[in-house]
Amino acid sequence: MSLWLLILIPILAAPFAWIAQQQSRSAPRWITLGALSVDGLLALLLGTGDHAVQASGHEAWLVESRLNWIPHWGISLHLGLDGLSLILIVLTAVVGVVATMASWTEIQSRVGLFHCNVLLALGGVIGVFLAIDLFLFFFFWELMLVPMYLLIVIWGHAQRRQASFKFFLFTQAGSLVLLVAIVALALLHQQATGHPSFDYADLMELTLSPEMARWLMLAFLIGFLVKLPAFPFHTWLPDTYTEAPTGATIILAGILAKTGAYGLLRFTIPMFPEAMHEVTPIAMGLGVAGILYAAVLACAQTDIKRLVAYSSISHMGFILLGAFAGTELALQGVVMQMVAHGLSTGGLFLLAGALEERYQTREMGHMGGLWAVTPRLATMALFFACASLGLPGMANFIGEFLILFGSYATQPIMIILASLGMVMTAIYSLGMMQRTFFGRQQDTRSVQDLSNVAFGTVLLIAVLQIWLGLYPKVVLSTAQPVMNQLIQAAAPSPTMPHPPSESLLSSHLTTSQGSTP
Amino acid sequence: MILQDFIALSPILTLGAFALVTMLAIAFQRHHARIATFAFLSCLFTLVTLPWAATAAPRTVTTLLVVDRHALLYMGLILTATMVIIALSYRYLMVQFREEEGVEEYYLLLLLASFGGLVLTTAAHFVSFFLGFELLGLSLCSLIGYLRTRRHPLEAAVKYLLLSITASALLLFGLALLYFESGAMTFQEVGAILKQAHSVSALWLGGLVLVLVGIALKLGLAPFHMWIPDVYQGAPTPITIYIATVSKAALVALLLRFATEVGVLELPAVAHLFSLLAVVSMVTGNVLALLQQNVKRLLAYSSIAHFGYVLVALLAGGPPAAEAVTFYVFVYCAMSLGAFGVVTVYSSERSDKNRVEDYQGLFWTRPWLAAMLALSLLSLAGIPVTAGFIGKFYAIAAGVDAGLWWLVLALIANSVISLYYYLRLIVTLFGEVAAPATLPEAQTVQRPAFISWTTVCSLGFVASIILALGVYPEPLIELIRQSVSNLFMVAVQKP
Repeated sequence: MSLWLLILIPILAAPFAWIAQQQSRSAPRWITLGALSVDGLLALLLGTGDHAVQASGHEAWLVESRLNWIPHWGISLHLGLDGLSLILIVLTAVVGVVATMASWTEIQSRVGLFHCNVLLALGGVIGVFLAIDLFLFFFFWELMLVPMYLLIVIWGHAQRRQASFKFFLFTQAGSLVLLVAIVALALLHQQATGHPSFDYADLMELTLSPEMARWLMLAFLIGFLVKLPAFPFHTWLPDTYTEAPTGATIILAGILAKTGAYGLLRFTIPMFPEAMHEVTPIAMGLGVAGILYAAVLACAQTDIKRLVAYSSISHMGFILLGAFAGTELALQGVVMQMVAHGLSTGGLFLLAGALEERYQTREMGHMGGLWAVTPRLATMALFFACASLGLPGMANFIGEFLILFGSYATQPIMIILASLGMVMTAIYSLGMMQRTFFGRQQDTRSVQDLSNVAFGTVLLIAVLQIWLGLYPKVVLSTAQPVMNQLIQAAAPSPTMPHPPSESLLSSHLTTSQGSTP
Repeated sequence: MILQDFIALSPILTLGAFALVTMLAIAFQRHHARIATFAFLSCLFTLVTLPWAATAAPRTVTTLLVVDRHALLYMGLILTATMVIIALSYRYLMVQFREEEGVEEYYLLLLLASFGGLVLTTAAHFVSFFLGFELLGLSLCSLIGYLRTRRHPLEAAVKYLLLSITASALLLFGLALLYFESGAMTFQEVGAILKQAHSVSALWLGGLVLVLVGIALKLGLAPFHMWIPDVYQGAPTPITIYIATVSKAALVALLLRFATEVGVLELPAVAHLFSLLAVVSMVTGNVLALLQQNVKRLLAYSSIAHFGYVLVALLAGGPPAAEAVTFYVFVYCAMSLGAFGVVTVYSSERSDKNRVEDYQGLFWTRPWLAAMLALSLLSLAGIPVTAGFIGKFYAIAAGVDAGLWWLVLALIANSVISLYYYLRLIVTLFGEVAAPATLPEAQTVQRPAFISWTTVCSLGFVASIILALGVYPEPLIELIRQSVSNLFMVAVQKP
């Protein structure tokens, strides 16, 4: 039941945030902050239980809750929390707090409704991270879309209509393909055992014909890659991220993108191991293509939000790369990268939004020389630009390094190409700094520096970045059992689907884990 | 024995009797509120007889009617929808009609149309089929033209009349051909003879196709959809709801029984024809809906597409298909009641303005109404927490189960297209409030702008149904399973 609390706290707080508008403008904001903090703390509390419970196999949920929902179709309200979901839920709470802080001054109209939507969207996201019944997963997967859409449509910038349409249509198309695959899986389970089931554990045990597995894997992949977004499916992202209000952009980039990665890790890889191996080169190729293509485009942007948006696509390429590399190191890197990217883009979008609020433009050509005018903003921007380009000592570095290091053995050429992406990142990140904060000042209006609230928020993220950069073990050891399990499930050995935890493979992996920086 | 027959028939008898009493009451004294209440109570009482009739079901009463759980389930839908429509109509007529014009017969016609619907759900014989079909069609025709001093309703009524005549002609010709080939008039006998036939002759096929086309005309499947947008737009909005919900639900009930007992869809030629109809309906409905500037027309085109989805489920064949179809029809009725219900309430205040721009910024001026419309639209688009999602899920599951991959893919592609126009409308609801240029005009009309409690109750009821089915569909699924097993049991029982 405690897992339901995680989902219900934000969802039930949502109407209160709306009503609280009548009291004062800041009441909804405080309610949102309160609900998210309680949620994050509760998740930590649940997660720090007895870690020894985590053995291999599906008994690995730290906390599990199951209720009947639609027994005719084998659908249950089945939630499970493990290391991976724990990390992502805490990230959700943190990014949610950042988004609320970022909207503190930007959102002045319909404050209550805004925060109501933020809470509903985050509640949906937390549901996605917890659901281990595929129907329930899909339910939450779709649930987070509508409030997100409203956030863009009501509070977005000039082109919000078009951007919101693009966002909704793309993600919905992907989701429907995913839905068909989920239904097909449940019906295959019915053919095999006589009753349909949407349960994760049941479906994992299903043996599929190679061709069926290939098609289903493809459908899952499309659904998740659109959300990630990976290279050919990314076209909705720049428009959406640019037109959405800052708070919504932070949520989109910080968490919603992670649901795609989470889907890859949780469902696609363990369910269709053989089919995954077949498409590994293609998927990793897409990852590399995404990294390079988006990086090149980012170099060419003059709009600061678009630049950050493209850099976000580029970083997501690393996640795709790592997810398909199939080594524990790379998978650990993926988890680290998810967290790091959530924090760094959160910070960057917050700062970009702050600039836009001050100058009513996102064109970097109109800025320049702001270092003297807004020292706090400039310093923090420099910090996050460095974080984003992978400066050692920051969380992003750990993520990207682990991914590259872990995948090198399988795909050396791709990794070399991907490393080029890191160089490009340095070029556009520093270019952004140069054009915005250094050089001659274009706009001589006097503007306020970052407010205390915003400054405190970015400082908080910066501290988290450094902390995780120096002490990544927190994230890595939490995710490790899950990743172990993933490797075992993905191992192409149908003869022994669940080898005992003390197999050769895992003992090898534990040693390699020890040598992680 | 004979008592059992009466018990089984009690819903039809009750509604018929109440319709007669309503007619007499109107002759005795005209009083709008009283007659409306009476009509509402008639449906309510008839609804109460359903569980009683269920004790006698399944039962074949004479050769004409079969009262089984399938029929009773659809009766429940028809009666509930009629009740909501009566509740919505009351205020609409108050605003649209002057006192001396006489609005009371409207309710009588509604009851008669629903009576026809009840007959259709039980029909197991060509004669009862045709009688129900005509009773429903004729009553609707006069209802559409009920606002007889306006131009659009009259135009719509004439269109509907022509359509009805065409449909009846095709249907009768088809039934005649089937009778010629089989010498039987009950669905079961025709089905049995069709099964024994070694090869299906051209006359068989012709008869079946003509009957199905007659039904398709009334359901508004493309390419037989030409009348739908005009009639939906022209008819008084409560009657538009009636056409979209009750009339179509009754026909689907009949189509399911006909298809199951005659085994039409097992013929490859007919199955191909229906696949084609499904795809054409989905594509035509959705693509044309993209171009609409009028909310009623938009919803009309979307209804064409939705019955395309129903056909996809129907084509899957067997009990899962019947379950999916029934569930989808229930859900579709709820969504239509919600969407058109809002149009009814809103347009009666603003003298039937249905353009999309009229809804600009509705959320900021009338939040509850806009929220209701948004909920219905999201449900029509198939977004979770709403009933539409479960309906679409059911349809996709039936399609996938039967391996109809292409049709399922078409359904998905169309769902995405349909999102575009639903979203456009939802965006409008949340847009900036329209320029004040229209406001003085609205004030000069001086219509009573109150929301009556009947409206609130009926829309609230529909909203709760949409949400309840979206979150916890289990009870309805259970009911539908029973009804479908009944439908198929009867089909198997008497070969």
